[in-house]
Amino acid sequence: MGGREVNVPAAASTRSSATDSVRLDLKGITKSFPGVLANDHIDLTVEPGEIHVLLGENGAGKTTLMNILYGLYQPDEGEILVNGAPVKFHSPSDAIGAGIGMVHQHFMLIPVFTVAENVMLGSEMTRWFGFLDHRRARLEVQRLGQEFGLAVNPDALVESLSVGAQQRVEIVKALYRQAGVLILDEPTAVLTPSETEELLTVMQSLKRAGRSIVFITHKLGDAMQVADRITVLRGGRVVGATVPARSSEAELATMMVGHAIRLGVERPPAQPAAVVLSVKELTVRDDRGQLAVDNVSFEVRAGEIVTIAGVQGNGQTELVRALMGLDQVAAGRITVGGRDLTSASPRQTLDAGVGHVPEDRIKDGLIADFSIAENLALDVYYLPPYARGPILNPIEMLHNAEVRIPEFDIRTPSALTSAGSLSGGNQQRVVVAREFSRPVSLMIAAQPTRGLDVGSIEYIHERIVQLRDRGAAVLIVSSDLDEVLGLGDRIAVMYRGRMEGPFESEELTRDQIGLLMAGAAAAPDPASDGQAGRKP
Amino acid sequence: MNPKPQPAPGPNRAAVARAILQRVISPESTTWNSILVVLLAFVTALVVSAGFVIASEPTVFAAPDPITALSNAGAVVVNAYGALLAGAVGNPSSIAAAFNSGSASGVAQAFYPLSETLVAACPLIFTGLAVALGFRAGLFNIGGEGQVIAGGLAAGYVGFSVHGLPGIVELPLALVAGFVGGGLWGFVPGLLKARTGAHEVISTIMLNYVAIYLTYYFLNTAWFQRPGRTDPISRVVDAGAMLPSLAGVNLRVHAGVIIAVLAAIAVYFLLWRTVFGFEFRAVGSNPAAARAAGINVGRVVVLAMTLAGGLAGLAGASLILGTQFSLTPGFSSGLGFDGITVALLGRGNPAGVVAAALLFGGLRAGSIQMQASTSTPVDLVQVIEALVILFVAAPAVIRAIYRLRTAPVSAAPAVSPGWGA
Amino acid sequence: MSVAMITVGARMAVSRRRTLGVFFLIVAAAMAGLFGNNVSDGVNAHFVFNLQTSSAVHIPDLVVPVRATAFALAAVCAFLGAVQIARGFERWAYVVLGLVIALFIFAFLGWAARSSSLSLVGMLQGTLIRATPLTLGAFSGLLCERAGVINVAIEGQMLVGAFSAALVASATSNATLGILVGMLSGGLIAVILAVFAIRFQVDQVVVGIVLDLFCLGLTGFLYDRLMVPYQATLNSAAPLAPIPIPVLSSIPIVGPILFDQNVFVYLTVVLLVVIQVALFHTRWGLRVRAIGEMPRAADTAGLNVLRTRYVNVILGGLVAGLAGSFFTLGAVGQFTKDMTSGRGFIALAAMIAGHWTPLGSLGAALLFGFADALQNFLSILNVPISSYFLLMAPYLATLLVVAGVVGRARPPAADGKPYVKQ
Repeated sequence: MGGREVNVPAAASTRSSATDSVRLDLKGITKSFPGVLANDHIDLTVEPGEIHVLLGENGAGKTTLMNILYGLYQPDEGEILVNGAPVKFHSPSDAIGAGIGMVHQHFMLIPVFTVAENVMLGSEMTRWFGFLDHRRARLEVQRLGQEFGLAVNPDALVESLSVGAQQRVEIVKALYRQAGVLILDEPTAVLTPSETEELLTVMQSLKRAGRSIVFITHKLGDAMQVADRITVLRGGRVVGATVPARSSEAELATMMVGHAIRLGVERPPAQPAAVVLSVKELTVRDDRGQLAVDNVSFEVRAGEIVTIAGVQGNGQTELVRALMGLDQVAAGRITVGGRDLTSASPRQTLDAGVGHVPEDRIKDGLIADFSIAENLALDVYYLPPYARGPILNPIEMLHNAEVRIPEFDIRTPSALTSAGSLSGGNQQRVVVAREFSRPVSLMIAAQPTRGLDVGSIEYIHERIVQLRDRGAAVLIVSSDLDEVLGLGDRIAVMYRGRMEGPFESEELTRDQIGLLMAGAAAAPDPASDGQAGRKP
Repeated sequence: MNPKPQPAPGPNRAAVARAILQRVISPESTTWNSILVVLLAFVTALVVSAGFVIASEPTVFAAPDPITALSNAGAVVVNAYGALLAGAVGNPSSIAAAFNSGSASGVAQAFYPLSETLVAACPLIFTGLAVALGFRAGLFNIGGEGQVIAGGLAAGYVGFSVHGLPGIVELPLALVAGFVGGGLWGFVPGLLKARTGAHEVISTIMLNYVAIYLTYYFLNTAWFQRPGRTDPISRVVDAGAMLPSLAGVNLRVHAGVIIAVLAAIAVYFLLWRTVFGFEFRAVGSNPAAARAAGINVGRVVVLAMTLAGGLAGLAGASLILGTQFSLTPGFSSGLGFDGITVALLGRGNPAGVVAAALLFGGLRAGSIQMQASTSTPVDLVQVIEALVILFVAAPAVIRAIYRLRTAPVSAAPAVSPGWGA
Repeated sequence: MSVAMITVGARMAVSRRRTLGVFFLIVAAAMAGLFGNNVSDGVNAHFVFNLQTSSAVHIPDLVVPVRATAFALAAVCAFLGAVQIARGFERWAYVVLGLVIALFIFAFLGWAARSSSLSLVGMLQGTLIRATPLTLGAFSGLLCERAGVINVAIEGQMLVGAFSAALVASATSNATLGILVGMLSGGLIAVILAVFAIRFQVDQVVVGIVLDLFCLGLTGFLYDRLMVPYQATLNSAAPLAPIPIPVLSSIPIVGPILFDQNVFVYLTVVLLVVIQVALFHTRWGLRVRAIGEMPRAADTAGLNVLRTRYVNVILGGLVAGLAGSFFTLGAVGQFTKDMTSGRGFIALAAMIAGHWTPLGSLGAALLFGFADALQNFLSILNVPISSYFLLMAPYLATLLVVAGVVGRARPPAADGKPYVKQ
């Protein structure tokens, strides 16, 4: 298999030669995994040149369906038709050959390769003997970028790119393989509002070129803004199909979840008291010596929630890790309740009454092989009553679990089940149960509801507000604007390691936060009367 | 959300006990499956190894016809394995005869194989524990060989240098020296791993070779070398430092076995009943989460490697103080690696380690007899052991071969993948 | 997430720079103290550049005053150390490190050869010979690890390669056949490794170590059963003679070392070029590296992850078998039990130190090969170091290197993790 395929691959004969556009029909797609029916007789049609939104909450089956379409899974039942002809995709190469391209939620990019290398992987540009032709690849990447308004530097290393830029690379990758249908899986979850606007513009230009787009999301606002048609999935089945003109966010939300839900968090006004957390001129470097947190100062008082907005990769992760003692501080001071914790170890920080719900629950929050009971005691196993001196008391751990499991509604057959076998929502409940049951004066939670079902999201938001009202200081880091606005008494924004704010939440509109997340150094305009711009 | 009513106060020990018992004895239980898989793996390994024996046996190929060839093949295997068994546990009929004859030395003779098995198992328990403890902390301790040597050198040195103190003092002193020596040999790679990220597989193996050459070096110095000898052999250990024999003059089994079993119990207690053990297991399972929960991962790594090294050092001490009584090069003879196979077979559990050590100890003891009476080289036992581990490590292979329909068993403990970078 | 990354990940690049600088200073102190201090003035070392056998041009011996040289070189290293601590050499740090090590070795050799002469050429030749199996072993390791599979069974693959090469070459008097069979036996062990690691997803380090034990036992067993009783027919292969390349082998100094060696050395050079080019400039290499870094991305790009891993592991086994054949057919001819003595693990260390590249592995292998060859050519001189410590040298050197003095290298990101296709 030398060179790049100049001949149109066989499967592409089903494509319309005129506009490179593709019509997709999915009929009766069914797929089950052990214990769960992920897709239940799903019918879906994607017309050429349309933007079709697939809406559903986490766990509804959207990604499974698209993975089937992309050849990563085989359906148990049902068939796929491309331009009217039935096809079977045994692997992604088959799907690619039929003109289907996919931009995954978690990017499939190799960090240490360049953009051009990533784009051409699998259909490389070569000279004789399989030698790579970097020059031609570079030219092609630039051409595609210009044609569709996706600016990418072919020679840049992917690990040095921002999240938005990486997403553009993923799209170029799909276009390089002449995709007629582009599947975008939750693309806006990682973008700033202005980047989202750019993406929507790109989608429009793709549409004008005759390509179709399947846009998977759980964000109602984006769906309403850009969709030609919307299909809603719930529990693996199609529960509704509509167009934005004939629907509303509330109706879509009801279809997604199955019952009416509140679209926001009920949050009584805060009663802030003394300062608990004081951060002064904090500077943290990442493991390559670059500035990750740049001279950040802010305070959090007891009885208030401060939320930090920002797209991933702007220093929030490093900030939280520095606060918890997991990473070294290059300069600045961290004080909790009057105690200087700047160079404290994680144990000292936890002992000082700080709770931590980590960003990555599987990596940092839980030990998958340990039982739920042991995980619930992970911070406190060495303290009485769980330990008397060096001797451990596992029965006490079990007893504690028997209290916490019902209290936090953790769905599990027993307290001895290993934590790794729980669903995402239940795992997060274990972490929350552990941290929220300790006496803490400061709670730091990073991305606390990422990837969770609506029920768990609601529950955790409630517990956070309860904790605040019991007098704790709460710091939430989130890249979900709805969560930031819904929970924050005061809101700060991080961009490239610097922090703007915290501002009182009434002072800040959604648009202004969006601008700050994208780096525009706009301070909130006190003259704004609070009615301009979208507010939750 | 309404708070649920509090459950009845007091821990529900009975329910917990029932749940645990249920797990152990039900046919679907993991433990039952483990034992079945191990047994079948053992049988399969014996069969494959028999293949090697047959393939290297000239009488099989020189036979005039296939029937004779087959019977020759069969004879060779039966002889070899028969001698193996006899050397490991002895012959029931000769035991009975010895009892009937009533002579003490006769009885002792009949129990000689069992005694040899225990003698061989004793250091294996220690090294198996050393590797298993490492596994639990997420470390692959291949340095058993060097740690055994370091412990043996230290124990031996104390053993023949200290005179005149009562046995109550000398023996524990020598044992402690062995623990410290081995501990030092575990401490170094542990520290390197914690501070620099150096992968313990390579650093421990390098230290193994350093230890081997150190033995030669020391045995040529005046401190160690037996006066009047030019070959590398050390002075004899003082009588007060020798491990007492358990069964009389003719049988070699010594108190080291008891200490080994006590060590296994101690390791179990450490891992599941102490704060320390909790930290070990946490770090072994998920070092990132352990650190986020406040555990000092570096300290755990160093301590785990040191303790593991100390246990292996006790193996060396038990060799020198229990059977050999002086130092010679190569006295450790592959114990470190045997410890790995014992730990893998024992699934990293102290009880499993003891059982596996007895099994492999029997194989080792039997192999001496096998080589003596049928000239089948002792290396065959190493082949058998490695095959057993391979088959145990992939239960799916056993299931496929024997078409078992039992529940899948978790594979051998997975140590941290990658080179630690 | 590994233990090492947790403990070390929080450290800064700054302290690593300082550590390297302090290391340079320690080396300088050692040079001055050990090699300069105890030597009286006027003692010289002769470095001989010619081999007795062949040389078209006669190069005069290099006469070096030991004491002065040691101090001078120590001063240079001290200066480099100071610069490293203060500013750091950044991209040139590794080059400077190599320079410091080379200077240390030179001063050491001067001290060792004081009042007598040392054949530099012979020393280099010995180094190259010892480094050859280490380099090949490192290549084997990196073929596997670049695709994401850890191969610690190199030691075992070398042993079976050595054994079967000797056996077949002796029985058939055909060295080429012996080498081929040696490679195939390494490949066979690699098949077992591949199946257990890729299909059954057993921990790769565990499988590798168990295979090492298996091969050790098997070769020992078969040696006792077959080679000892039938020594004449089955274990008397002759080592391969060196094949001089015409013209090139007559170049002074370099000629005898590089162009008058046996076929293994030439094969190593060929493999060096082939692997280096293929891995970084061809489509095959891009795909292999993609699979080693992020197999899921490669899978979604349409690559066959599992098949590539199988192929690479088996290729690695073939190369390790070749390395093993060197121990017998390339060196002594006869097989003895456990003749690889840990060299498979040193090869792994060379691969790590070489940052998983062929060129880097060669550099590290030369260093370890030098340490390995020390015992041989220093025993000719009257060096007051117990030969046992010299025998430890390669292992201690490896330990130092692995302890990260060379810096933390990044393996392929998916190294050691089985790929689960969902």
